[in-house]
Order: sequence, then structure tokens, then C-alpha cells
Amino acid sequence: MLWETFLLAGREIRRNVMRSSLTMLGIVIGVAAVITMVTLGSGATEQVTSDISKLGSNLLQVRPGRDMHRPGGARDAGTPFELADSQAISREISGLKAVAPTAGTSIQVIAGNENVSTTVTGTTSEFLIARDWVLSAGRAFTASEVKSGKSVCILGSTVKKTLFDNQNPVGEMIRLQKIPFRIIGVLEEKGQTGFGMDQDDFVIIPLRAFQRRIAGNTEISTIFVSAKDGADTAKIQRDIERLMRDRRRILPGREDDFRVRDMKEIISTLTSTTKVLTALLGAVAGVSLLVGGIGIMNIMLVSVTERTREIGTRLAIGALERDVLTQFLVESVVLSSLGGVIGIILGLSAAYGLAGFLGVPFILNIGIVVIAFLFSGAVGIIFGYFPARKAAQLDPIEALRHE
Amino acid sequence: MEKTNTLKTPVIEMKGVVKEYGKGQSAMKALRGIDLSIDSGDFVAVMGPSGSGKSTCMNILGCLDTPTSGEYLFEGVDVGKLSRDQRALIRRYYLGFIFQGFNLLNRTSALENVELPLIYRGIPVRERHLRAKDALKSVGLEGWEKHTPGELSGGQQQRVAIARAIVTQPSILLADEPTGNLDSARSREIMDLLTQFNRERGITILMVTHDPHMAGFASSTVQFLDGMIETEEKKGNHH
Repeated sequence: MLWETFLLAGREIRRNVMRSSLTMLGIVIGVAAVITMVTLGSGATEQVTSDISKLGSNLLQVRPGRDMHRPGGARDAGTPFELADSQAISREISGLKAVAPTAGTSIQVIAGNENVSTTVTGTTSEFLIARDWVLSAGRAFTASEVKSGKSVCILGSTVKKTLFDNQNPVGEMIRLQKIPFRIIGVLEEKGQTGFGMDQDDFVIIPLRAFQRRIAGNTEISTIFVSAKDGADTAKIQRDIERLMRDRRRILPGREDDFRVRDMKEIISTLTSTTKVLTALLGAVAGVSLLVGGIGIMNIMLVSVTERTREIGTRLAIGALERDVLTQFLVESVVLSSLGGVIGIILGLSAAYGLAGFLGVPFILNIGIVVIAFLFSGAVGIIFGYFPARKAAQLDPIEALRHE
Repeated sequence: MEKTNTLKTPVIEMKGVVKEYGKGQSAMKALRGIDLSIDSGDFVAVMGPSGSGKSTCMNILGCLDTPTSGEYLFEGVDVGKLSRDQRALIRRYYLGFIFQGFNLLNRTSALENVELPLIYRGIPVRERHLRAKDALKSVGLEGWEKHTPGELSGGQQQRVAIARAIVTQPSILLADEPTGNLDSARSREIMDLLTQFNRERGITILMVTHDPHMAGFASSTVQFLDGMIETEEKKGNHH
């Protein structure tokens, strides 16, 4: 019986293709918009997330200065760290894989006739471990190179490409602020982040060499801490905070003048932006679905009026109120969910095309497809109910007399 | 719930049926106390000028409406006490309707039109097809199954409607001016069909008509006037 009703609904919809398509249009547009936006949004989120996890999983950054997002927290550079702070972290906190103190600056790098401006970071060999960075050629710093601050360097792939094209630069010399450094390694390419930041545009040298020959001081700007797999990063974060408060002699009740951030936090900051956008577009799509639903209600009311005699005949023949109600309800649900299906197909196609165009991965989010489908069906039930009830409650005598 | 033909007589009994439209002072009495008894197998012509109450009476007889007062017993059941859905079920299982305007579903094949009441009875597809084809054959429309009402003449459309009404093997057929829209030759065909179903299948027929010729096919005639039954004639050769 229900199957018959579906067939009947399908026939009624085909009977008036033009009108049915226009009726569905609102739903189609609404659903297509949701699907496109959510699919692109989750693609973008996925990319940002994977970019950031490329920066190193379980990674914490310890930086001087107050958190500027906190209310009343004016930007404050804070006292820089020292090497001893980094050593204290690795000595006193358990569950760590690597602790890498860093200091960096922007500098002119010269190799032969080529020169390029890039970031030079002074650090230890643990830096590569902390950040999960892999060498494509050469080797990392040895302990003695780090200790003595030898003039050796490792290039990011962008710098390598700019200065040496495809030649192997290992063993060559470059000059940083006129001081010659020997290249001992090149890092693998990591590509751009979702926001167009080149992750390969840098040179790393031993911390001591940076402090002595380039910066001329012993300041540490950021300490990278990476936790062992499965370690409790939240606990490590708290431990570092306690340790640093102690070392920096911050009285109880006073705010930290440094900040420990983990990558999850950075990700959530970025994804929350995406979420706000998605919610906004969701609201727009919701309005579109509402309008689409009203369109369906309108057409169903017209249809009930047009088919009054048919309804009368059905009632006379022995259709119950329920039967007529179901018939019209199924018709509006079929109409709206058909609109939903078309919207899903259009939305996914659009998202697929745009994803390629925007360079964002295309991620099929089955959840949202199912939700969109159910939602469009629900629109049919909600907005089809009133016309269907109107049809079901017709007086058969009046309906039969209707012209 | 398929009905059998071993029915008690009378199949229909009206006792002092009154129908009023509106309330209080402005109430309009369409029926002013109808007493009517119809036996199983009767072929009754209902006549009378417009406004005489015959349509109102037919609506009540067809369980589409209920009396304001009085009793309408359908096979002993007081229809006035039934709910809307219960009356729909009586129509579904015991009654067949034929209308002046045919009331077929447009752009729907003759076969599907005839199948319609069987769908509401929950008959499976195969059996439905067979029975609908059979019904169309019995009204002389074999080979016209795929045609839609738009492709059929008025007489053919009315025959489809008759097939739709008898496909369920109803105990009573209610026909509201079935020949009103047809010329005399088509009208004769329709009347022959109705007579045939009445004689061969024992279907009780109640037919509203203006035309004394058509009434001549019936075994008895009920004449309405001003909401009352004026005369009730029975042909001697029947009952």
C-alpha cells in the first residue's frame, strides 16, 4: 500500500515536471549550499589540521610574553628565556621526547652570486626530532658541533632550491651576515600551509653559533617541547608552566609572563574560524530550506484544490482520512527529498570542482549528506502536513461536487 | 471482508430520516422523515425534481452523510452512529459508486482506474490486475485497458466507471444520474449493463435519474417531492 502511494506520488510529480522542478528549487539550492560549504569547510579544516600536525605532533611551544588573547592582556614581549630554562625543562619534566631551545632572526643569505632573505634559526639537534623533520640529504648536527657552536648549517628546501637549484649543496659554503657556514644537510620539502605560508624557507644553525656570531646575545625566543607518544600533553603543559613560574619567580596570583601553547590549541583557534563560517552558511541554508518548504506547501495547497474531485472520488470509493493524508504527505516528502538528492549531487559536484580550484582536499562527509537528506525529507513532512490534512478532511460530498 | 451474496433482507432500511442543514430558525429541512426499505437484489430508480431531497437521501444511503434524526440501517447497522472512517469502510467493502461526471482519474489508464478501489482493499498487484481486466471485459472494454479517460468516449468512460464500481463485487451500487451526460444510444448501453449486473450478479442498484425511460429499466421507482417520498411503485414482475 505504501509502495503504491510512492508510485502514485512519483507519477503525480512527473505529471507536472516544470512545476515540480520549480517547487523543488528552493530545497535544491538550500541543500546544495550546505553540502558545498560543509564539504569545502571540512576539506579546509582537514588541511589546516594536517598542516599543523606536520609541524610536529605532541608539540608544545614555550614563548615569553603574555597571552594577548586574554582580556586586558596587552601585548608584552616578556623577558626572553635562557638556555638554562630549556635545560631545566628537559631535566625536570618527564615524558618528553625532545626539548629544543631556539632563537631566530631574518637575515640575508649569500651563496656565490645568489642571495636570499630568509629566517635563520639557532637550535640544537633535538629540534629536528621535536618537529618531526626529516633530512633529504646530508646529516644533522653532531653533539660537538652544537656544543662548540661550529659554523655549519642545514637548509630548508626552498632556500636550497633558490640558491643551488637541483645541485646537491652538501659540503658547499654559504655566508650569513658575511660569516661563512658549511652546509651539512638539506631538509625534505613540507610544502605550503593552508594559509600559504612556506614551511621550507629557513636555515638552521647550532644555537651557540647563532648567539655568538649573529645575535650577539644569549636569548632564547621559543622552546619547542615534544612529548613522547601517548604522554599526557596537558599534564606536561601544566608542569612546564609551574616550572617556569618558579624559575621566573612569578608570585602566586600574578599572571604568567610566558605562554605554553600546544598545537591542538592552535588548530582549534583556526578551526573555530571555519566553524563560525560554517554555522553562518548553515543559517543561510536553513533560511533557504524554510523558503523551499513554504514553496512546497504552496504548491501542495494548489494541488489539493486542483484535485478536489479526485479526493472526493477516493473518499467515496472508501479511502480513509489516513489514506488521503498519507498520499499527499508522501507526495510532498518525495518532492522535497528528491530536491534534497538533487541538491546533494549538485553540492558535491560543486564542492569537488571548487576543491580542485581552491587547492583544498575534497572530503566526502557522509554525515552531512545523510543529515541534508533527512532534513529535506523533514521539510516535506512539516510543510506537507497542512495541505495533506486539508485534503484528508475534505467533505466527500462537497469534493465530488467541486468543479 | 469480501462480501458474500447470502445477505439478509432488507439490505437498506430508513426510519423517519430527517436531514437539516443549518441550525435553529434558519435551518433548512432537506429530508422531512423518510421511510424506505430496499431488499437485496432490488433495482430502484430514485426520481424527483431538483431540490426534492433525492440527492441528500442518496448521500445518506451512500454513507457519505448522516441523518440529523431518524435511523438509517445498513444491513442492520445504524450508520448514523458510525464514525467518518467507519462509514468509509462500509463504502470500501459494500458500496460501489457511479457518478454523472464519471469521476475517473485523469491521465490514468482505464485499468488503473478500475484497480483503485482494490488498492484500498489491499489486494495484491497480480490479483488486482486480473480482477480489473475481468471487470473491464464485463463492461465490454477488453483491449482498452491502457487508454486514459481522455482517449475514451463518454460512454466508454462511464463503462470504465461501472467497471470500477463493480470490481469489488459490492452489495449495492449507487448511481447518480449515470446517463445524464450521454446520448440515448450510450444511455441504453449503460442501462443494459446495469440491468445485467442486477440480474446476473444480484447487485442491488439505487439509481437517481430524471429520465422516465431510464427509470423504466428499474424494478421499482421512488418519487421524491419536497423532502418526502411522494410515491413508491413496484413493478409486478419483480418481488
